[in-house]
Amino acid sequence: MSSEYHIICVSGSHEKLQMAAMVASVAAASGDAVTVFFSMNALTYFVEGSTVVAPAEGDFGGLLDKKGVPPFKQLFQQAADLGDAVLLPCSMAMDLLEITDANLDPGFGPATGLTKFLMDAEGGKLLTF
Amino acid sequence: MSETKVIDACNTYCPGPLMELITYMKQAEVGDVLELLSTDSGTANDVPEWVNKIGHEMVGSEKVGDVWHISVRKAK
Repeated sequence: MSSEYHIICVSGSHEKLQMAAMVASVAAASGDAVTVFFSMNALTYFVEGSTVVAPAEGDFGGLLDKKGVPPFKQLFQQAADLGDAVLLPCSMAMDLLEITDANLDPGFGPATGLTKFLMDAEGGKLLTF
Repeated sequence: MSETKVIDACNTYCPGPLMELITYMKQAEVGDVLELLSTDSGTANDVPEWVNKIGHEMVGSEKVGDVWHISVRKAK
């Protein structure tokens, strides 16, 4: 039986983005419908050409860097490529960052308002990282 | 004719091996067997769960030394 996952990413910490990407990729590749809404600090890593490295919240974040853990950006992309996950940038965050759809990594959907995201999320599972 | 393809996903961690398997599964033909090699112990539990949900067929799973050999037949 398939589920609907609606994931909100706001934190810029490596651990939270990693966990969100793990959930998104596994759920999407398992046949569940997945939508990921990126806002606040989480969106900044997906601005085209960004070389900013997500800081670790604690010691575990350092382990993620040292071991062979798939990078969170790769996992979000796999969620979209293998499982048709929809990656959506928050329109408010885009306004504050003064960017447009063209400034984001390929694979992102259109700028989306919180109201539409929440309406679409009705009845599904909502996870926030 | 079906074939067995070996996917070496050793030395990466969850969900890396599963995503590797899924990538190759999408390219495989129905009836093909994929053998996933993984040093991540969680993969040995996760792959059968995924196979069961999607509707493929587990062919076998065994640990040889530090490496799990997990075989899956594409069923659809």
